[in-house]
Amino acid sequence: MKLFQIRGGIHPDYRKEQTSEKPIVAMPLPAALYIPLQQHIGAPAEALVAEGDLVKKGQMIARSQGAVSAPQHAPTSGRIAAVAEIPAPHPSGLPQLTIILEPDGKDEWTVLPSPIADPFTVAAQAIHARVAESGIVGMGGAAFPSAVKLTLGTQKKLDTLLLNGAECEPYLTCDDRVMREYTEEVIDGARIMAHALGAPKIIIGIEQNKPQAIAIMTKAVASIAGVEVVAVPVQYPMGSERHLVQALTGRETPARKLTADLGVVVHNVATARAVHHAVRFGRPLLSRVVTVSGGAIRDPRNVEVTIGTKVSDLVEFCGGFAVRPERLVNGGPMMGQPLPSLDVPVVKGMSGILALTAEEINDSPTNPCIRCGTCVTICPCGLSPVEMSSFIRKDNLEIAAKLGVMDCVSCGSCSWVCPSHIPLVHYFNYAKGMLNDQDRERRKNDRVKTLVEARTIRIEKAAEAKKAALAAKKTAAATESIPAAPAPTAEEKVNA
Amino acid sequence: MIIATTSGPFTHKANTVQKVMTTVLLALLPATAFDIYLFGWPALLLFAVTIGSCVAIEALCLSLVDRPAKITLSDNSAVLTGWLMASSLPPWSPWWIGLLGAVFAIGLAKHAFGGLGQNVFNPAMVGRTVLLVSFPVIMTSWVAPHPLFSAGSPGVSDAIAITFGGHMPDTVSAASALGYVKTELSRGIPVNQSMTQLPDLMDMALGYRAGSMGETSAILILLGGLFLLYKRIISWHIPVGVIVTLFLMGTVFHYFDPTRFTPGTFHVMSGATFLGAFFIATDYVTSPVSKSGQLVFAVGVGLLAWLIRTFAGYPEGMAFAVLLMNAVTPIIDQYTRPRVFGRSRKGEPLPLSKEKP
Repeated sequence: MKLFQIRGGIHPDYRKEQTSEKPIVAMPLPAALYIPLQQHIGAPAEALVAEGDLVKKGQMIARSQGAVSAPQHAPTSGRIAAVAEIPAPHPSGLPQLTIILEPDGKDEWTVLPSPIADPFTVAAQAIHARVAESGIVGMGGAAFPSAVKLTLGTQKKLDTLLLNGAECEPYLTCDDRVMREYTEEVIDGARIMAHALGAPKIIIGIEQNKPQAIAIMTKAVASIAGVEVVAVPVQYPMGSERHLVQALTGRETPARKLTADLGVVVHNVATARAVHHAVRFGRPLLSRVVTVSGGAIRDPRNVEVTIGTKVSDLVEFCGGFAVRPERLVNGGPMMGQPLPSLDVPVVKGMSGILALTAEEINDSPTNPCIRCGTCVTICPCGLSPVEMSSFIRKDNLEIAAKLGVMDCVSCGSCSWVCPSHIPLVHYFNYAKGMLNDQDRERRKNDRVKTLVEARTIRIEKAAEAKKAALAAKKTAAATESIPAAPAPTAEEKVNA
Repeated sequence: MIIATTSGPFTHKANTVQKVMTTVLLALLPATAFDIYLFGWPALLLFAVTIGSCVAIEALCLSLVDRPAKITLSDNSAVLTGWLMASSLPPWSPWWIGLLGAVFAIGLAKHAFGGLGQNVFNPAMVGRTVLLVSFPVIMTSWVAPHPLFSAGSPGVSDAIAITFGGHMPDTVSAASALGYVKTELSRGIPVNQSMTQLPDLMDMALGYRAGSMGETSAILILLGGLFLLYKRIISWHIPVGVIVTLFLMGTVFHYFDPTRFTPGTFHVMSGATFLGAFFIATDYVTSPVSKSGQLVFAVGVGLLAWLIRTFAGYPEGMAFAVLLMNAVTPIIDQYTRPRVFGRSRKGEPLPLSKEKP
C-alpha cells in the first residue's frame, strides 16, 4: 500500500524493550476499587448506587448523562463502601466523585445483556446501543465515548475504519501486546465497528517497530476481504489521528473538521477488543491493559488491571520502586499527564503508568532561545513554536492564536527537541486554556447581551401594549361617558 | 507525593545549547589550527586575546544586568563569537583590535540587545565590520604565509612585539586575492590579466595564501561545514544557497565580460565565502527559522556579497552581506512560515470537497 509523507516529527528513544516481550499478566483484585464517575470526555456519569448497596460484577453503577457521556460498571461483586470525593488521576489532583467498592471475593456476574450472535446482520443502531451501555471509551488515551464516534456513520459517508495500532509513544507496549495476544478479538471488534460505521474498508496501521504484531495481524487478516494491515514508518507522532489518516490515505483533515468528514474514522486497537467483548459476550468494560514501566519500576510489565484499582496497588504488583522516581506519568512520556500521586485509581483511558528517573527525563534548566529553528522544522502541525512561545510569554495571546496555537496537538515534539529546554508545550497548553476561557466568557457575554436585549424589547413591547390598552380603555370610557375618577384633592395630595 | 509543575514531555533529546556551540567550535578547529600554523605565533596571540576579551566582556555585561555569569558563560557562545571574529581578522593585527572588536561584538551587538538569542545582528560580523570601517589599514594588512618554525617565521618574542608592541614589519604586507584584483581593476588592468598574477585555484582552496586568520583554507572550512551538516547542527539550505548564488552571479557576468568580472569559481574560493556560508550566515540567532526562509536569506547573502565585491568600495562583502540580511530576517521569518496542517497558506481551513478523492 502506498504511504504518504507526514510533516516533521521526531525519533525519540523508544525504550519499549523493557516491556515489549513481557506477556500480559492479570492483576488480582485489590482490597478496594475506586471508580470515578468521570473517566471520559463529556458529562460525568450519574451514580445509581449508594453506600451499603450490594452489586454484582458487570452491573451498571452509574448511568451516562447527556449526549456525550459513558456509564460505569461494577468490576466485581461486592458492597458499595461510599460514593465520595477522592483525588482524580489528573495533574491537578482535584477531588472527583467516585464510587468506592469493596469486593466480596465471589466475583459473581450480574445478568449480562445477551450476546449479539451475528453482529454483521443486525442494524448499526443495535451495536451503537450495546457499545454505549457497555461504557466503552477510546482506550488510546483520549477516552472519548466510543459509541458517539461509532454513530458518525449515520451522519457522514464513511469509507474506512482506521484501526490505530501505531503506539508511537515511547515505553508503551500495551497495544502491541494486545495485538499479539488477542489478535482475533481485536480483528473481530474492528469488523463489528466497521459494520456499525458503515465503512466497507478496515486499515490497521502499526508502526514498523512492532514487527511481531505486524506479522501476527497480517497473517490473521489474510483471509478476510477488506481488511488490511499496513506497517507505517516509525515517526512520532504517527499515532496522532489526523497524521495517521494522512500517512495512510493521503487525506489532510481540514482545521476544525473531523477525519470523519474525509470518510475515515479512527479507533484504537484496545477499543476494538472491548467492543468485541461487549457485542459477543455482553460484557461491559471492566478492565484494561496498562504498561507499567520506567527506570524506577522494579519489574516493568504489561498488566490487565481492573478499572478502579489504585495506582499504588498496581505499582506494588510490579515490584514497587527500585529507585525513587523523579516523575510519575499517566500515559506515555511525550503526551502523558503528570500524576499528582500514587493514590489515584486506574481509569479507562490510562494506557501506561511510568515511573521515570531523572536520567530518563533528562531535564535541565531553561536557557534563552537561540532560534535554531528545529521546532519549526519538526512541528507535525506546521506551526512556528519559537514565535508562538515568545508571544505567549508576553501574554499576547491574540497573536499566538493568529499564529495557530489552537491547531497545536500538544504532541511535545518541539519541547523534546529544544536545545534550550524551553517548556514550549507548557506555554501552548497555558495559551489554549486561556483562549478557551476567553471564548467561553465571550460566548457567555454574548448570550447575556442577547438576553438583555430581548428583555428590553419585551419590556418596551409590554409597556407599549399597556399604553395602547389604556388608551383604548380611555376611548372606550369616553364613548360610554362614564365619569373619570375624581382628581385627588389638595388634602389627599399632601397625605400621599 | 510528587507535585507536577509543567506539562510533558517527560523525556528529552540529549542536546543543549552548550553542546551545539561546542560542536561548532570543534568544526572550526582544523581551519583555524592550519592558519595559526600558517601565520605563526602572532596569530595565536591575537586569537587568544580576541576570545579572552569576548569572554571577559560577556562576564562583565552579565554582571551588569545581574545574571548568573557562570551558567551563561558555560554555554560557550562568547567563545564562538570570539573565535569567528578572530577568524576574520588579519593574523598579525595588534592586540587592541581583538579587544575593541570584542567590545562591539559582545557589548554592543549582543548584550545591548538583550544577550544570547536576542541580537538582531551577527555579533562577530558587527565586531569585524566596525573594525574594518574604523581601521581600514590595519584591517587590510595581510601577511604572506610564515609557517611556524619556518625560517621567516617570527619567534615568540618577535610575536609579542608584533601583537602587543605594534611592530608590524613593513615588508610582509601582501594583498588578498579579492583586494588585489580590485586594486588592479581600479588602475585599469582588466580582471583576466590581473588574475594571472594570483595563486591558482588549487592553492587558494588549500589555503596557502595571504588572508584572515581562519578563512584561507576553503577545504578545511568545507570539512568543518560538512561535519556540522553530518551532526545536523546546520542544514544544507544556507551554505548551498550562498555558494550557488555567488557562483552563478560570478559565472554569468564573467561569461559576458571577462575583463570586468571575476569568474564564479574565484568568488567561491576566495575571501570569506566558505567561512561565511558555513559558519557565519548559519548563525541560528540571526538567520531565519524556517528552511524556506533560510533559502531566501542565503540567496540574499550571496547576491549582496557579489554586488559588494564587484561594485562597492570594499573588496570583500561577506560581512556586510550577512549584516544586511540579518536586518531583514524578522521580515523573512514572517513571510516564510510553514503552512499549518489542515489550513491553506492564508490560514483558512482547507476546503472539504477538494480533499475528497
